[in-house]
Formats: sequence, structure tokens, C-alpha cells
Amino acid sequence: MTFDNSILSLVTWLPLLGAVLLLATPKTAIGAIRWISLATTLVVFALSLALWNAFDASNAGFQFVVNMPWIGDSIGYRVGVDGISVLFVVLTALLMPAVVLASWDVDMRLKEYMIVFLVLETLMIGVFTTLDLAMFYVFFEGTLLPMFLIIGIWGGSARIQAAYKFFFYTFVGSVLMLLAMMAMYWDAGTTDIARLLTHDFPVGMQPWLWLAFFASLAVKMPMWPFHRWLPEAHVQAPTAGSVILAAILLKLGGYGFLRFSLPMFPEASANFANFVFLLSVAAIILTSLVALVQTDIKKLIAYSSVAHMGFVTMGIFAGNALGIQGAMFQMISHGIVSGALFLCVGVIYDRMHTREISAYGGLVERMPQYAFAFMVFTMANVGLPGTSGFVGEFLTMMGVFQVNTWVAFGAAFGVILSAGYALWLYRRVIFGALTKDSLKSILDLNLREKIVIYPLIVLTIVFGFYPAPILDTTAAAVDNLVTQYSTAIGRDPAVDLADQRIQLEYAAPTGEAQPAAAPASH
Amino acid sequence: MNSDITDFASLAPAYPELLMAAGALVLLLVGIVVNKEKSSLVSWLAIGLLAATGVLVILQPADGVIFNGLFIADGFARYMKVLVLGGAALALVLSLSNAEENGVHKYEYSILAVLATLGMMVMVSANDLMSLYVGLELQSLSLYVMAAIKRDDSRATEAGLKYFVLGALSSGMLLYGASLIYGFTGHTNLSEIVIAIANEGRSIGLIFGLVFLLAGVAFKISAVPFHMWTPDVYEGAPTPVTAFFAMAPKVAAMSLMVRLVMDTFAPITSDWQQIIIFLSIASMVLAAFAAIGQKSLKRLIAYSSIGHVGFALVGLSSGTQVGVEGVAVYMAIYVGMTVALFACLLSLRTANGGYVETIEDLAGASKARPFVAAIMAIVMFSLIGLPPLAGFFAKWMVFLAAIEANLYVLAVIGMLASAISAFYYLRVVKVMYFDEPKDEFVAVPNELNIIMAVFGFLIVTYYFTLGNPLASMAHQAAGSLF
Repeated sequence: MTFDNSILSLVTWLPLLGAVLLLATPKTAIGAIRWISLATTLVVFALSLALWNAFDASNAGFQFVVNMPWIGDSIGYRVGVDGISVLFVVLTALLMPAVVLASWDVDMRLKEYMIVFLVLETLMIGVFTTLDLAMFYVFFEGTLLPMFLIIGIWGGSARIQAAYKFFFYTFVGSVLMLLAMMAMYWDAGTTDIARLLTHDFPVGMQPWLWLAFFASLAVKMPMWPFHRWLPEAHVQAPTAGSVILAAILLKLGGYGFLRFSLPMFPEASANFANFVFLLSVAAIILTSLVALVQTDIKKLIAYSSVAHMGFVTMGIFAGNALGIQGAMFQMISHGIVSGALFLCVGVIYDRMHTREISAYGGLVERMPQYAFAFMVFTMANVGLPGTSGFVGEFLTMMGVFQVNTWVAFGAAFGVILSAGYALWLYRRVIFGALTKDSLKSILDLNLREKIVIYPLIVLTIVFGFYPAPILDTTAAAVDNLVTQYSTAIGRDPAVDLADQRIQLEYAAPTGEAQPAAAPASH
Repeated sequence: MNSDITDFASLAPAYPELLMAAGALVLLLVGIVVNKEKSSLVSWLAIGLLAATGVLVILQPADGVIFNGLFIADGFARYMKVLVLGGAALALVLSLSNAEENGVHKYEYSILAVLATLGMMVMVSANDLMSLYVGLELQSLSLYVMAAIKRDDSRATEAGLKYFVLGALSSGMLLYGASLIYGFTGHTNLSEIVIAIANEGRSIGLIFGLVFLLAGVAFKISAVPFHMWTPDVYEGAPTPVTAFFAMAPKVAAMSLMVRLVMDTFAPITSDWQQIIIFLSIASMVLAAFAAIGQKSLKRLIAYSSIGHVGFALVGLSSGTQVGVEGVAVYMAIYVGMTVALFACLLSLRTANGGYVETIEDLAGASKARPFVAAIMAIVMFSLIGLPPLAGFFAKWMVFLAAIEANLYVLAVIGMLASAISAFYYLRVVKVMYFDEPKDEFVAVPNELNIIMAVFGFLIVTYYFTLGNPLASMAHQAAGSLF
């Protein structure tokens, strides 16, 4: 058991161990339950940082690999991370302590609540660390179970319908992906993702496999018009559930596109790229417009998530280094920002027990620190330069501009509209006169909320000015992916791997990183 | 050939059956001698007998064809026998608590269960249309009586009568099919029928025989359109009896089906494949939709079992070794889930003494009986086939086989049916966890707690615990048919 072959298993299964520990804790020992959960998530976060630290960013292949047969011929125990997945592990591990802290005062079935969240953490990290196709499905689909319970048990008044909708949209899409995975197994003779990545799937088979994966990933993402479950799930879920849903679970879709659709079915991806662009731009414009008229804060942020995910899909299917780097960055940034926004909504919801925008106004008078935090995240959501939201949107638009100018043109509307709905929301909630009696005694952030929210502010701004830690980590793996993809569909990889002028946008300031360098093979 | 019968050592492949038969007779004597008040002694002895037979099957593997080719013991038969014995023994354990109220306190119940199990073992090992029928009837006749064992209860007697009438009809169909097959091939021995079909090719009479034979077996596994008895019998029979029906007989009939189509009718695969595919699709789809409207828990479970038979048949439709492996794994996991499910059902008794009957009765069970509700929820999610629970790995195996055999339409329909079926399983979880409690629930007997804990644990940790051993055992079992 060395660091290299145990770290991923440790990060993946440790939360489950915490859950087992909680199972043995009496449910009246509220303090113990809280601290066990917090300690577990913090240890996992520390391990994930150690993982990131030990991760060799110049290596495009999988690292920390463990590969052994497990069940029969078809299912193995295979783990490993590359530049694309390692950051999601860190993001998940980062947000879980925040989620536990944000749920400190949950009084209904606290024990079950924490168990479910820790199980969810194992499943989410498992999605990113597994290198086995069948196990990917197990983790991917497994997240439905805890999330269904989170929405259904701890959710709002219309929680049951929301939970059902969430479950069925995702489940129906996913079963088709499962069949595609089986077909892939018979074609390639393995479920090892590392080997599947180098397998050439027959061109005639690719569109079907692509569509089956699309059915699942587009719902998870969610892409317009498969997004209908998301606003309801977000609104009804408890704060912590919304945070996880927006920050991590939506990213499973994008991760799936990057891990499977693009590298494994390149021809089909190229053929369907325009279709994806169309849906992405529709998502960006239409859901932004829908967000404008929302009266519920959470619903507004949920629709804005759909719009932002539109940038991600657009960037991924641009198929060039800029687009994919941008999509990666956008996903990480959106994970932090949307998670933080839902945490902010949770803060005022805990105090006022309403999410109606009209119930608020003038909060800045009583809650200046909250107003500041909410402003940072709103600006990041808008994509203001200097916040992390800007980098992702800018890179994806640059990337897609190379491929299809009109798509970039359409997406640019999203930037304008997002400023519209986000700033308008901010004005209505934070500014104006504090006239409502119920708000006159509202309190500003307490210490626990500050501990949760302030680090996220720092990250939002740091990554806005200095995105290199993220972009450097992903560069090698993304370049490798782009080279494979471009070669497979007959484009010139050199064009898709950004030229010198654009390279400045994400090259490491030390000048050592060579994103265009020849990728290492698997 | 006479030496077969005189030489006891050459009967080694049939030792388990001989033990069971002798044991059943001894139990009958014990039952008559001991006081009726102590009839749980007979139950325990019966459980012990089933367990001992199971141990014998595992530890003394003896392959061979004996009794002039009537009886075959191979890896596949052994695997299925262990499942049958396990399912039967666990069903008897489930019947121990509140036996009086369920009407299963009479010592005859355990003995009938043992006899039924003996019939099932003969079915699993049948290598001749005659031994097949004898085993099937021994099983069926015992089950008819078991269904109506609570004879003062009008629902139970109705269930028994329904089961008997429809069962007799299906036996008739099976016999008719067997006679046609005999008429057109000239043999009753399954191994010789294969040769005859291979030599003479298919004939229309043979196909008719095949259809009737499969219809008779389909009735026993309650595949659509031969499923009508299932909801009524499940609902009417006392719950422990239902538990018995839901496990061992299904496994036995399924293994009979597997042996018939994979072995005997292997030369005419394309003919039986259509039938199995039809049975499979019809079962999955009908169960998915019909269960949605059910209010009674046991009817829901009946439709659920119909659906699961459909899923197991997906594996069989492929006609490949992977498919048979899939069926073997599926049946094992199905038995495990069913045991846990019925343990939960028998654990939830309301304060006024009754068992929960309808889904609404479960309201708020998660607060009153958190452990039982948690296991029940796990089982429901597993029945949906949601990873990482055992039910997913069962589905993975059978659908993997279907995709290998290029049965894409079947696979897509099956997957969508499983998505639809999620609706009614989730309703149970919803009522338990999201709704407010109505009733109080009384304490749970110990043996049920143990069963729930063990099987709940296995279902959750399937990937780590049972996954690999079960897959390799199923691989060996399926290998013996090819």
C-alpha cells in the first residue's frame, strides 16, 4: 500500500467509512454526528489536496492507477485520475465540508441526513476516480438514490413531485447509456476506460452510442430542453442539496461528455456538434430569458445554471483546446460560484423561510457583509472580468469562435442577459429601502456562515485573476484529448491546439508549460 | 443397467434427494408423535434437513446420469439446488414468528414444504419428460395445499383453489406438449430428444409440442400471459406461504426452463428464442404498468416478481453461456432480495395485531421502525436495479447477454420497462419516508431482524462481498450446460 495506489481508493471510500461510523452513533448524540461528518469531509478534502499536489500535470495519461479484475469478466476495480478528473475530485471534496457546515442546524433526522450526504460524497468522487465503465455507471447512477432521499425527505412543500421528476428524468436517460456501455464492452472486450479510449469504435456504431450517452448526459447536464427537472429539484431541495446538485452533480454530465462522447466517438461527436451548439445556444438565450421573470431566488439561480452549462457543452463540442479548457474551467468555476450562491440563498432562507424575491429588499442596511459576499458571487455569475466566471465564458467563446462564429455570436447574448437577471436580482434583494417589517431585525452572517462563504469568495477572485492552477492541471490531458479528437475527425490538431497568440491566455506564467507539446500516450 | 439400482454407491448423484425423501418421512413420524403445541420443533427440524441437504449438495459434488437416464446431476443442477434449498429454508424461517396467526403452525406445513422442495430438486435434475413431470407435480400438489393451509380463511382457500385449477390446466398443457414431443421424436429422454432433433430436423408437431411444454413451465414461473394466478395467490395466501412461493418454486421452474431450451432444444434455438423473447417482453411491460395501480403490497410484490421473471428471461433469450450465467446470477440475487423483502413485510405489524396489507399502511414506517424501513427501502432500490445495489448487477448480467446476442429491441424495451417499474417501487419508499405516520408498529422478532440485517448487508455490499464468488459459481454452473 503506497501513496500512489491507495490514495484514490482512500479518497473515494473514506466518506463511506464516516457514514458507517455515523450509523453506529446514537441519533441523540447530535454534536458527535456533526463533528464526525465535518471531520470526515475535512480529512477527505486534505487528502484530495495531497492528491492534487502529487499529481503530475505534465503527464497526460492516468495516474495513481489501480487495475484489477473484480466481478466476472466484465467488471473490474479500476481507479485512476488524469487532468480532467482530478480537479473534480478536489472540487467535490472542497464543497462537502461547506455543505456539512451549512447543514449544522438541521434538526430533522440529522443522523440520516449526514449519512446520506457522506454516501453521496463517495459516489460523486467515485464517478471521477473510477476507470471502469460499469463502475462509472454504478457511481453515476448511484447518486440518484441519496439525492432522491435528500429532496424527498428534507425538501420543501412540493418535494415529492420534485424528487420523482428528478429521479425519472435522470433514470430514463441513463438506462439507455447503460445499454450503450454493454455494446461497448462487447465491441472492445473490456470495461477498462483507459483501453476503451484507444479503441476505435466502428463508425456505424458511433452515432447510436453517442445518442445513448447523450440521452443520459444531456439530462444530467442539463441541456435545454431536458432541463425541466432542474428548477423544481433545486427549489425543493434543502440548501445543502441544492449546493451539491448545482456544484457537482451537474458536472457529471460535462465530465461524461469529456470522458466518453468526445474521445470515444469522435466521428459522431463531430457530426452532432452543430446539434449540440444549437441546443447550447438555445439554453444560453432561452433559459436566461426565463431566469429574468422568476420570482423565486433559487429558481432564478437554477435557470442561470442551465444557461452556464450551455457554455460548457458549447466549449466541449468546439473540440479545440481553448473550448475544452474553457469548459473545464467553467465547470470548476460554476461549481464554486453556484454552490456559493445557493449557500447565500440558504443564509437568508434560514432567517426568513421564504425564497420569494419580493419578500426581500434593502438587506444591505442590515447585512453589509452578506451583501458583499452575495455581490462577489453575483458578479462571478455575470462573468465580470476579475472573477472566475469570466475566464470560463471567455475561453469557451474564443474556442467556439474558431469553429462557428454564429454560435459565439449567439452565446454572447447570454453574457448580456446574465448581467440582466443577476444584477436585477441583486438590486431587488440587497438594495432599495428596507421597508419590510419582517426584515428589520435580520442578522448579518454569523461565524459559521463566514467560515463557509469567505473561502469561496477568495477562490472566486483568485481564480479570476490567476486561473493557472486549474488550467495548468488540465492542459496536458486536454491537449491529448484534442489531438486525438482532431486527428480522428481529420482536422489539423495544430489548429485546434491554440496558436501562440491565444496560448498566452492560459499558459503558466513560469513559461515552462508547453500546452502544444506532443501528448504522452496512454 | 440393473446395477444402477442395486449398487447404492452409484446413486451418489441422487443422495441429496434420497436424504430429503427419507427426512420428510421421518419428519412426518416426528410430527405425529410430538405434541401439536411443539410444532415449531418440526419446523426447525425441517430447516435443519434443508440445510443438511444443502451442505451435502455443496460438499459431495457427484456428477452423473442415473436411473436409466431419468436423472442428471451436473454443476448447473447443483447451483440451482443450493438456491432452491436456501430459498425454501429461509421461507420456513420466515414462517416461524406468529405462525399461529398465519395458519402455518401445523406441522404438516413444514413437511409439505420439504416435499415441495424435493419436487423442485427433481425438476432441477430432471433429464426425462417423465421425471420432469413427476417432480413438477410433487411440487405443485404440495404448493396447492400450502396455499390453502389456513383453511378457515376464505381468501386462502380461494387462493388455493385458483392455484389448483390453473395449475392443473398448465400441467395438462405441459403433458400435452410432452406427448407431442414424444410422438414426433420417439423419445422421452431429454438427451435422446436432442439427438433426434439434430438428426431429423424440426417438424411442425415438434414445434407445437415445444410451445405447449414451454407454456406449462411459463405458468410455473408466472411469465405473462400465464401469470393470472400470481397476484390472487400471492394476496390470498398467508404471507409466509407467499414468501415460499416467491422464491424456491420460481428458481426450480426457471432452471427447468433453462435446461429445456439450452440443452434439449438447442438445435432449434431460433424457434424457442421467439417464445422466450415474447414471454420476456410481455412480462416486463405488463408488470411495469399493472403494478402502478396496485394498493395491496402483496399484489405489488406479485407483479414485481412477474417483472423480474421477465428480466431473467432476457438473459435466457440470448441463448448463450453468458445468458445462462446471467439467469443464474439473477435468480440468486432475486432470492436474496425476496427474502429480505418478506422479512420486512412480516416485521411490520400494526399495534392492533394485523400485518400491513396496503401500501398506505406503511406510512411513516421510517420513524416508527427505522431499521425495517431502511432495509425495505434498500430492497426497493435494489429491485429497481439502481446501482450500487445487488439488483443492478443482476440486470447488468442479463442485459449484457442480450446485447451480445444483438437483441437490441428487447434490451431497450426491458430497460424502459425497468425505468417505469421504478415508479411503483419508489412509491413504497415515498410512503415510508415522505409521508406522516398513521399507525404504531410492534416489536420485531429476532430471527427476522437477523435475516434483514444479513441480506440488507449483502445487497448493499454486493460489489465487495458476493459479487465475485457468485459470478464465478454461475460461470461454472453455466459451463456445465455447454
